[in-house]
Amino acid sequence: MPHIAIHAIDYAILIVYFGFVLGIGWALKRYMKTSTDFFLTGRSMPAWVSGLAFISANLGAQEVIGMGASGAKYGIATSHFYWVGAIPAMVFVGVFMMPFYYGSRARSVPEYLKLRYDEKTRGLNAISFAVMTIFSSGISLYAMGLLLETLLGWSFSFSVLISAVIVLCYTFLGGLTSAIYNEVLQFFLIVMGFLPLVGLGLKDAGGWSGLQQRLHLVATARGFAPDAFSRSWAYLGSPSANPLGVEWFGMVMGLGFVLSFGYWCTDFLVVQSALASHNMSAARRTPLIAAIPKMFFPFLVILPGMIAIALTQQSGQTGFALPVKPDGTLNYDMTIPMMLGHYFPSGMLGIGLAALMASFMSGMAGNVTAFNTVWTYDIYQAYIRRHERDEHYLWVGRMTTIFGICASILAAYLATQFNNIMDMLQLVFAFVNAPLFATFLLGMFWKRSTGHGAFTGLLAGTAAAATHHGLTLPAHAVAGIKGGWLGGLFGVLHHYPSEMAQNFWTAIYAWTTCFLVTLLVSLATKPRPEKELVGLVYSLTEQPSEEHLPWYQRPATLGVIVLAMTLVLNIIFW
Amino acid sequence: MGLDIRLPIGLLFTVLGLLLLGYGAVSDPAIYQPSLGINVNLGWGAVMAAFGITMFLFGRRRKT
Repeated sequence: MPHIAIHAIDYAILIVYFGFVLGIGWALKRYMKTSTDFFLTGRSMPAWVSGLAFISANLGAQEVIGMGASGAKYGIATSHFYWVGAIPAMVFVGVFMMPFYYGSRARSVPEYLKLRYDEKTRGLNAISFAVMTIFSSGISLYAMGLLLETLLGWSFSFSVLISAVIVLCYTFLGGLTSAIYNEVLQFFLIVMGFLPLVGLGLKDAGGWSGLQQRLHLVATARGFAPDAFSRSWAYLGSPSANPLGVEWFGMVMGLGFVLSFGYWCTDFLVVQSALASHNMSAARRTPLIAAIPKMFFPFLVILPGMIAIALTQQSGQTGFALPVKPDGTLNYDMTIPMMLGHYFPSGMLGIGLAALMASFMSGMAGNVTAFNTVWTYDIYQAYIRRHERDEHYLWVGRMTTIFGICASILAAYLATQFNNIMDMLQLVFAFVNAPLFATFLLGMFWKRSTGHGAFTGLLAGTAAAATHHGLTLPAHAVAGIKGGWLGGLFGVLHHYPSEMAQNFWTAIYAWTTCFLVTLLVSLATKPRPEKELVGLVYSLTEQPSEEHLPWYQRPATLGVIVLAMTLVLNIIFW
Repeated sequence: MGLDIRLPIGLLFTVLGLLLLGYGAVSDPAIYQPSLGINVNLGWGAVMAAFGITMFLFGRRRKT
């Protein structure tokens, strides 16, 4: 693949942008006086800022590159990852869960588990989360290094080190405030950088109707009904009729319920920005405000993917083709970068590249600050040195930033050496995460659930996920990292039509097991006295009053509006 | 927090927008062949600068 040429103006734009990123960290340095300032922004963020940071933390490499790639691979059905797999969970966390997270004054998600259940449940969650964030941030770095190497011919080490140093500088200086400010900046940059791409691509493809016609060719060439790439729900009746290879029940339960609620409601990476809000009402509005741009993101990231595959199908006429991997399949991960190079002249190209790098960095910075908080409060302060002065923990937080970034760089290099190790780790984390939402759901809404119940439930859920994965295989896969590794003992019990279907069902089994085991063990163990659970469990907590707020600031009203808008989008692209 | 975030956002987009606008005004029209003949630098630079100035003014207004 030939490299994209960039000129002086593009470098100038990149330098101005990175100058600002560092400048923000520098300007915030003088406000970092206590550990709460550093880890929780002193709880000072207005709702719109924490809301944009909430989605921006998730706008990392997986989002922009991954969703663009999925748009090319699966078409508009990728929007299920937003309209089913994100929005409902974001509304739920804002309306129902935030009163307990914010109201309990927990400083992190694991700390809530400690308040609600017990020390061992917190420890299990804190340690698995800490390890996971380091590897996610390493994967972000690795993906970016690889991308810039292929796209611009920059050296892998140069890209990895320079971006790690930039993220280090601004998180070291300004903590979570700096990460949040930069995430908001990055949000606007990503929107500004990709909007013209969508406009130009759509114009080139002949508008939405022209694009639909081109996608008919793509769909029929793959053996689907002509409109299978431009309709999201119509073909979900049978896994073989849609490009995703899933059926609606597995999609709604696995993605829409277990995976999505598990991620948006319990992952401290996103929840941390809501905890930084200046009051309860702002904390509850954070995910709801975030949901509004989130529901329109498919037009920004999925649409370019759909345009790219449509143009590739007729590359003779259009002169655009996605690159091919050595094994003969299309390299979908290059979708968005290729589109940038194809349509943007020098100047705009600089903005596009800055947006792309911003997306990697915001994902990485979110991971680093989440790691900082969980390490310092939930591991260091809980198990290593308990009663130190606040300045000590502020210092530990700064040192942890350095450690976290170095560990991420190491993980990035590890990925270059052993690609399978990364796949394996991600798989293990999926096993750890899938049951989590059951623990939170029971903890927040059932006062009878106990610490022993939660702990055994989590372990059982993880074991169930691993067992299910080990006994099933997606179609056309060999036993190993894709599943079926217990096949030698018991035989492969079930074949799924696609890897995605297998993932969704792994999550469903894990969640159900965790739910049932927590329930049974809780009934058999001694509950905590009710007075200890005030502010932590729904039935024992007074609901925050909303009477004094204007309607557009009430979480429940906002939640209904957000859900109604999402429903309309689903119907339009049915 | 002491720093209103709209100020750095406003400044950044104003600077980037003006950079693009200026480059769009002097660049060779031939470079716009990939972007379907549209001078996106000129047009989008103006949009970005306008967004930046608006953000900056809002940030300033609340401070005083």
